Amino acid sequence: MTVNMTKGQAINLEKQGGGSLTSVRMGLGWQAAPRRGLFGSRTREIDLDASAVLFADKQPVDVVFFRHLVSDDGSVRHTGDNLVGGVGQGGDDEAILVDLQRVPVHIDAIVFTVNSFTGQTFQEVQNAFCRIVDETNGQELARYTLDGGGNYTAQIMAKVHRAGSGWQMTALGNAANGRTFQDLMPAIFPVL
Amino acid sequence: MTAELVRGQNHPLPHTCLEIRVSAGHPVLAAAALGDEEGRVAGPEAVAHPGSAALPGVEVPRQAATAHRLAVDLEAVRDTVHRVSVLLALPLGTGGPTRFGASAAPVVTVTGPDGTAVADYTITGLDRESALVALELYRRQGAWKVRAVGQGYEGGLAALLADQGLDRPAELAGSALDAVAQGLARSVAAPPSRVPDADRLPDGEHAHQAAPGPAQPPVPPATPPRAQTPAQPPVPAQAPAQPPVPPAPPAAGGPIDYTHPSRRPAPAPAPRPAGGPQGPGQEAASAPEGFPAPVAGDAAGWSMDERLYNQVWGMFEDLARATAAYRSACRFAENRLDQELDRVLSDPRSRIGGAGDAARAAAKAKHDELTARAQEVLDRDLAQLAAESEVVEPALPAAYARWDSPVWQAYRVPMEPPMAVRLGDLHLPERTDLRIPFLARLPLARGLWVDSGRGQSAAAGLLDEAELRRLALDSAVAHVARLLAVHPAGSFRVRVIDAAGAGAAAFAPLVGAGVLAGPPAAGAAGVSAVLTQLTERVDLLQMAARAGADEDLPPGLDTAEELLVVHDFPHGFDDRAVNQLRYLADEGPAVGTQLLMVADRADAAAYGPVLDPLWRSLMRLTPVPDDHLADPWVGHAWTYEPPSFPAGSAVLRQVLGQLTDARGQWGPGSR
Repeated sequence: MTVNMTKGQAINLEKQGGGSLTSVRMGLGWQAAPRRGLFGSRTREIDLDASAVLFADKQPVDVVFFRHLVSDDGSVRHTGDNLVGGVGQGGDDEAILVDLQRVPVHIDAIVFTVNSFTGQTFQEVQNAFCRIVDETNGQELARYTLDGGGNYTAQIMAKVHRAGSGWQMTALGNAANGRTFQDLMPAIFPVL
Repeated sequence: MTAELVRGQNHPLPHTCLEIRVSAGHPVLAAAALGDEEGRVAGPEAVAHPGSAALPGVEVPRQAATAHRLAVDLEAVRDTVHRVSVLLALPLGTGGPTRFGASAAPVVTVTGPDGTAVADYTITGLDRESALVALELYRRQGAWKVRAVGQGYEGGLAALLADQGLDRPAELAGSALDAVAQGLARSVAAPPSRVPDADRLPDGEHAHQAAPGPAQPPVPPATPPRAQTPAQPPVPAQAPAQPPVPPAPPAAGGPIDYTHPSRRPAPAPAPRPAGGPQGPGQEAASAPEGFPAPVAGDAAGWSMDERLYNQVWGMFEDLARATAAYRSACRFAENRLDQELDRVLSDPRSRIGGAGDAARAAAKAKHDELTARAQEVLDRDLAQLAAESEVVEPALPAAYARWDSPVWQAYRVPMEPPMAVRLGDLHLPERTDLRIPFLARLPLARGLWVDSGRGQSAAAGLLDEAELRRLALDSAVAHVARLLAVHPAGSFRVRVIDAAGAGAAAFAPLVGAGVLAGPPAAGAAGVSAVLTQLTERVDLLQMAARAGADEDLPPGLDTAEELLVVHDFPHGFDDRAVNQLRYLADEGPAVGTQLLMVADRADAAAYGPVLDPLWRSLMRLTPVPDDHLADPWVGHAWTYEPPSFPAGSAVLRQVLGQLTDARGQWGPGSR
């Protein structure tokens, strides 16, 4: 069962039927811009980037993005930069895997962001989505559709944070502008 | 100009004599179905497939491959044929992928007789399909055209053929796939089996495969660790040695076995021997609760060697990262405590009453709680890694094993070089008894430098200089002995430069066993002779490699791997020799000439910074434990421990004895 999340909605990352999640994937998929007109090679390719920022007590401690693919502790892994998107089959073009069991104890929140590295706003991106998947069984926990988005180039997607003994996810969907996660830091702090 | 077709698009064909080139990410089989004006395929005889490859005007390859060329002569096809469909299918049951979505999109190109491309079609959007109609060549008003179809079938070739209107499509699909399976069995260059793929087969396949395989003994429930049987090469090495077994005839009515016959041993759980319920008990017991017991060889790789290598590096990385998590949590707790204590101090309210003490205690408690949790997680991770190490260590082959491993007792000179050797052990202060084997790939891309100087190491500071030099020589001899022992007889030559003869005692076992390529070179003349010879050899090999002219090398030149051991540098070296040595360190590894230096950098201080690049290019190893090695992921300082022989052990003598015998048997390689 997939929850189509809305802004600000929080879900508990607990498995149906008890047991907490051990491993989740934040997947980002989008469709390459269609070829237009006579000069097909002059397509405007769209490069979206997924990043995850690890916070301990509201301080950024580590970040996983296309230049630092694995967090130092190895619990958060990026599958690698995709520069052009998919062909719209609905698969993840970039993904960040989080092994929740191995996240260091002082990390209490992980914020996922999406940036348009090439500068197109989400209005121009087609079939873009972001989803959270239970990596152990491939079940989609939450999905967020990005396209038809507004006139901005970045979005703070979701926050996964500790709640009690487990983890909770809050869908954020806050609009922001920036090329990489660094530009988003001022926008991230308020959501922590 | 080449037309880039999209699905459904058609394009006129300027020639009737065509070649259709197929390229795919994984081996596929190609077939062609000939249809009449209505598009009906008359029967199995109108389908060209690997089992019946040629029809008038159309010929398809007999094997599955990632690149195909289909020859089509549209003049030669029968007049009744109005449509030629080009079909692609995955050879199911051979361990490859079972859906087109799992690999790169196939590309089909129609070319003219001279090879110029007419039309190109990339079949995208495939997912679970395992067969597809790629293209159609069709007759329209006397002229031929091509249409991009790209229609996939999840049900495989049988479903595709059924859609083409054939009776008994499953039978035809079966004979096509069978022919491919047999073709694979014949082909020498079939890729070695991959166990992960085999594991992906459904259980039914396993059962079916296991039955007819005469060569496969039932898997003993308690297989001894692989390392006990080093003479038995891992699976891929076995494949060519076995005569190809013809595929077992399918039982009447039973499913046809499409699997590669010589792959049958592959699905045997050979790489995971220790893991069964009857595996050695103590490992299962020491793994933390709720986690699967670790198993030796539990990593990706083509051979047991490679799997263990990858597993060891995986453990290395996991230990580095688990420790990084622990350290960063502790650092964070520390910083937070400092900040909170500062805040308490600067708060005037805390000076009255017990408020300040309470705040301090609360901050301390928060700190302790976090560090305790971090410690708990670290302990869990370390216990798991320690359990894994307990299983992996005894399973390591000689090249990766410690000198006190029982593997060395059963040592035989190998027939193939290993992919890596163990240079020592690594550990972190968090748990000093958890040792990670330090494995380096062969041939060594970086030379080794056993540092006989003091450096900044505390352990070295306690020893006197002569003792340190002796230890450095001993560990160099251990490295050399291991490198010799893990290479086939005569395929690895070791030359020693010991200008003053100061290392004679340490090198004596090697010299006595006759495993060196010559007596240690002494004196300035000896040094210069060896270096000149080696430099010339590297020059020649390099020139040959650049020009791609290996056969033009002088007949006497031995292309075996070579190790130059330099002791007492720079004693006996003149400027020319130093330059030659630097040249060898830079250029040698690419052509199989490796360097091992036993030196104290202070001895060469007179050369000044000229030699800095040389030292930097070498991997520094120490004769005593020293924490100078950094891992590639997070850069912890790891304590390196040199290899050592157990006290009173005869393992070195025994291994060298075996080498001497093998050299006698295998002829002049010992020169």
